Amino acid sequence: MSDLAMIGAVSMVTAGLTIAIGSIGPAFGEGWAVARALGAIAQQPDKANTITRTLFVGLAMVESTAIYCLVVSMILLFVNPFWNHFKGG
Amino acid sequence: MDISPDNIVIYGQPPIVLNATLLFTWITMGLLVGISGWVTRQLSVRPHLPPWQNGLEMVVDGICNQIREVTQQDPEPYLAFVGTLFLFIVTCNLLTVVPGYHAPTGSLSTTMALALCVFVAVPIFGIHQQGLGRYVKSYLEPTPLMLPFQIIGEFSRTLALAMRLFGNIMSGNLLAAILLSIVPLFVPIVMQLLRLVFGVIQAYVFSILALVYIASASSVQQHNHHATQENSDE
Repeated sequence: MSDLAMIGAVSMVTAGLTIAIGSIGPAFGEGWAVARALGAIAQQPDKANTITRTLFVGLAMVESTAIYCLVVSMILLFVNPFWNHFKGG
Repeated sequence: MDISPDNIVIYGQPPIVLNATLLFTWITMGLLVGISGWVTRQLSVRPHLPPWQNGLEMVVDGICNQIREVTQQDPEPYLAFVGTLFLFIVTCNLLTVVPGYHAPTGSLSTTMALALCVFVAVPIFGIHQQGLGRYVKSYLEPTPLMLPFQIIGEFSRTLALAMRLFGNIMSGNLLAAILLSIVPLFVPIVMQLLRLVFGVIQAYVFSILALVYIASASSVQQHNHHATQENSDE
């Protein structure tokens, strides 16, 4: 297998693994957070505004790890530095 | 496939080019400044408010209320900075419904610039509100051992702020492009709606996080001040 084909194959597999494994943790975390927030809203409906606002901010922070994984896999797929290096050289 | 509007060159030769990010950033800024300038030129206090003035007052009042609820402080000092961040990002994200418009927030250079603004604004607000000595001392609390972590946290949260907005908008654009080639009918419209919702939420999250960082830098000491006062009262 040539260098280029090797890099392409490894990049694709790694991109898939990155997003697959990297989204497990945030998915669990967000599920927990939403479940607890819904419970809290059910107990105290008049605090729904505050809970929802905090929930959104918290979800965005939890989600950022998944988004790092997405960015890494996008870099591997579309602007792979090693691919460009070997293709150019 | 372009993952960033930085790569779309509209005019010029490298290294000096006018790319889509620059062009659409200036269009968005022009739109915001133009509309608000035009509306504020004809302000009135008569019983019949012009509808545009009514709309803008609603927006500013809403931002004020959100800031007051989150920080429990007077919204006045934060209104200009946080409100501008929110309005710029939300306008960028909502204008993606216009065909041919590439949201500048889908480029890492724009989001990094916005995050750097927050990074610089935190010490400025902190020093302005509690003085240089107290602000620097807040890094040494609870113990000086935490100093490296505080500094690392300062940088990493800036990076996270930029990456979060960029990742969300970029993945939305990419998803729309991929769906368009797989299921060209109906599904992209639903995804477009979802993108709009996420665009608004991300703008909200970005500005709330900026507000929380700034407010925590400028009010930690106040809290301790009250605590010491209570202690001395006892």
